[in-house]
Amino acid sequence: MIKNAAGRMVPERVNGVKSVPFRGINAYFPEGRISAPPIRSCGNYPADGNKIADSLKSALIRCGLKSGMTISSHHHFRNGDLIMNHVFDIAAELGVKDLRWFPSAAFPCHEPMIRHMENGVISHIEGSLNGPLGDYASRGKMKGLAVLRSHGGRWQAIQDGEVHIDIAILAAPTADAFGNATGDRGPSACGLLGFGLADAMYADHVIVVTDNLVPFPCIPWQIQGNYVDYVVVLDKIGNPENIISGTTELTRSPDRLHIAELTAKFVQSAGIMKDGFSFQAGAGGTALAFAIYLKEMMKDAGVKARFIRGGSTKYLVEMLEEGLTDYILDGQTFDLEGVRSMRENPRHVNTSPFTSYNWHGKGNFASMVDMVVLGATEVDVNFNANVVTHSDGRMLHGIGGWQNCLFSKCTILPIPAFRNRVPIIVDEVTTLVGPGELIDVVVTERGIAINPLRSDLIIATKNSGLPIRTIEEIKAEVDELVGGAPAKPELTDEVIGVVKWVDGTLLDSIFKLKNLD
Amino acid sequence: MNTFVSGMVDTPSDCCISYDPKESPLEVDIRSKVQSMYGQSIRQLALEACHQLNIHTGHLSIRDYGALPFVIQARIESVIRQAHPDTTHRVLPDIQPHCLNPSSRNRFRRSRLYIPGNQPKLMLNAGIHKPDAIILDLEDSVALPEKAAARLIVRNALRVLNFFGAERMVRINQGELGLTDLEEVIPQPVHLILVPKVEYPEQLVQVDRKIADVMREYGREQPVYLMPILESARGIMNAMSIADISPNTVALAIGLEDYTADIGTPRTIEGLESFYARCALVNAARAAGIQAIDTVFSDVGDETGLRQSVAEAKSLGFDGKGCIHPRQIRLIHDAFAPSPEEIEKAKRIITAFDDAQQKGLGVVSLGSKMIDPPVVKRAETTIKLAVDAGKLSENWKSQSHDI
Repeated sequence: MIKNAAGRMVPERVNGVKSVPFRGINAYFPEGRISAPPIRSCGNYPADGNKIADSLKSALIRCGLKSGMTISSHHHFRNGDLIMNHVFDIAAELGVKDLRWFPSAAFPCHEPMIRHMENGVISHIEGSLNGPLGDYASRGKMKGLAVLRSHGGRWQAIQDGEVHIDIAILAAPTADAFGNATGDRGPSACGLLGFGLADAMYADHVIVVTDNLVPFPCIPWQIQGNYVDYVVVLDKIGNPENIISGTTELTRSPDRLHIAELTAKFVQSAGIMKDGFSFQAGAGGTALAFAIYLKEMMKDAGVKARFIRGGSTKYLVEMLEEGLTDYILDGQTFDLEGVRSMRENPRHVNTSPFTSYNWHGKGNFASMVDMVVLGATEVDVNFNANVVTHSDGRMLHGIGGWQNCLFSKCTILPIPAFRNRVPIIVDEVTTLVGPGELIDVVVTERGIAINPLRSDLIIATKNSGLPIRTIEEIKAEVDELVGGAPAKPELTDEVIGVVKWVDGTLLDSIFKLKNLD
Repeated sequence: MNTFVSGMVDTPSDCCISYDPKESPLEVDIRSKVQSMYGQSIRQLALEACHQLNIHTGHLSIRDYGALPFVIQARIESVIRQAHPDTTHRVLPDIQPHCLNPSSRNRFRRSRLYIPGNQPKLMLNAGIHKPDAIILDLEDSVALPEKAAARLIVRNALRVLNFFGAERMVRINQGELGLTDLEEVIPQPVHLILVPKVEYPEQLVQVDRKIADVMREYGREQPVYLMPILESARGIMNAMSIADISPNTVALAIGLEDYTADIGTPRTIEGLESFYARCALVNAARAAGIQAIDTVFSDVGDETGLRQSVAEAKSLGFDGKGCIHPRQIRLIHDAFAPSPEEIEKAKRIITAFDDAQQKGLGVVSLGSKMIDPPVVKRAETTIKLAVDAGKLSENWKSQSHDI
């Protein structure tokens, strides 16, 4: 183990590969050339453009599926994916072992993968782990370390050659036989396919799976067929209704609504909400409520945004349709209104981790956004934040685009000061996922804390009448209310996962708990 | 042997505690949603509580769903009191300094937020929504088996929870049960007691007397205000004598659910059936120089209805309205806030008054009209309401000079 620049202990090797410890923000600039897929020649592909394979099984066999390979997928169906469990069932049937699954995120619907990890078909999952898979990994049952990356970090890892994809499986709500594919239409429309774009570009083999085959050309082509080896047609590839998860419902809690309103007022008072500004407010009940309050303030003030960054919801779509923003630049659609809007409205634009988040891009959109609201499981008195573990040490969430969004000009965490007795503000985060120097404001129902590094925001909101307090004051008040700070989790020295920074360096380690109930 | 139980299963911010008073040395077993973080501190708290209650034997079982210490303490005391009804021991958390905010007879009581006395989750952050008052309710919102535990939870909540300046109120039960409530509540930082279903002035005398007894016993000097709730035909007919009977009474409130049942008619949205009662109550309150407070609006989802209801209450002369959800608070304050015309008029009156004061004139006049002192007083109230509802800057005087 080595101590990195953030003072956290990280392993020297991760799953057999030598790793670079975190060096600081904007401090790691690797050189050389990015990875590339193997050379292909169109002479090896059908001249009539028909790449249809009989079945998923035959496509996998023709892609040379064998033990030890890495299989990737995107998560635009969120909890409604019907393909990936099927893929590993086929692998089991074929007697293939030790596969690595490399999804952009996994959801509770992927619980059957646990069986495949136990029977050796899957050795290891690398991707944002949510729900039962996160729980499984946090018990140290998964072979190898869980590697937690941001959406941008996934693109970086592919380009750096850290993760080589053998076969990419791209669920596509509409596709043609050539492999051109789009997510915005068809009976299983999920919006866009941006999280599968790197997979299409860099994998050795690419399989497009659709339940809505259209004659060439499939327009628009969010994924270009020129990357695609085989097209498979199934009866149903996903349940779009399960795109909507619990995290995309508007909160009804009066406390959270209060936090959302305080956040919107802060954005206004700090002078961020002005003509031509931009913001990002993703899923999560409080973030959605924030967008609604902000919308009313924008209307009252006659202010229009230049763009809003998605994940989109019906609330953002309403803002677009009411002319309160020129564009939605969308990374994923969180509900069906988002899907509809992306299909129908040319100002609702699909983006990818490449446009928005990738460390190896020549710039990215996330750092150009004026303000972003994000969640957190914990934040410490130095504004460091955690999204992957809870204060009791359990690993339960993936990073998603969270780390990438921290680069916005103003990062605000609207979070309750305590959840069911457990204070959110702690002395030191259990796991470091977001360095404090990138986190500007914490908004709780008991006051707003501004990072002392942001004296500009402190000055701007000085006479706003908002309840601006120090983070220590809020922490002290909550600790007193809940009967003291919680006991620290008892950890073993066994590392079960690592948190990568956006540049691929190791930011922190996740340790196995001593007592798992 | 009986096992005694207090608590709500699977309820966030609460716990369920059972006690089997067997003869073996005390054992405490704990299962908590926050076990790894607070298991040890819950054990210590439980052992200390048992020690204070002089309990050294038996089996205490705690199923915790994230309850705060004051709730666990109340629930433990509650099961031990069931097992030992004669105990005089109490487990009292320290009174926090923020609980000692002052009140006054004539403060605003536009919104008063009811919270069931056995639902701590709703109490913890109630103050951040800035109601004028928070009512911890021991009466209708608490089921009979929970009455005793709720009394202790409310007692402890009064000692520890920050209501961020809201007036601290408790609605006690009717009759004997209510007098028992007072024994626990009056020694705490509480400002006002709501007395339900008052029909005769004597009921209030009884409450007042009990409060005086408890105050004497605990050396409390700060007065405890009363707000009788009139909820029957007889109560309304006796409104004047009820309003007059105690110097501690600061407001009369009306409860229409029971009133309409009592006069034998369904309650309607238009409220024609209660028109007389409401006017009679306002009139009695004004005659006695106290506030008149309207009934609760219970349809949380109906914002338009609430706005109309408050506008109507205001026009009848009421000073406040009951509510059961934080999101109703701001709407109530807004609806009680003066209109722009009212604010402008009040500003002119205050400015004229200030001018007269400066010039040493005994008579205040606006244009050709002479202004009486009660008019100035009402204008001051209007300005205060406007400032509080955010419709007027606190520094409006200096700002208007700048222009």
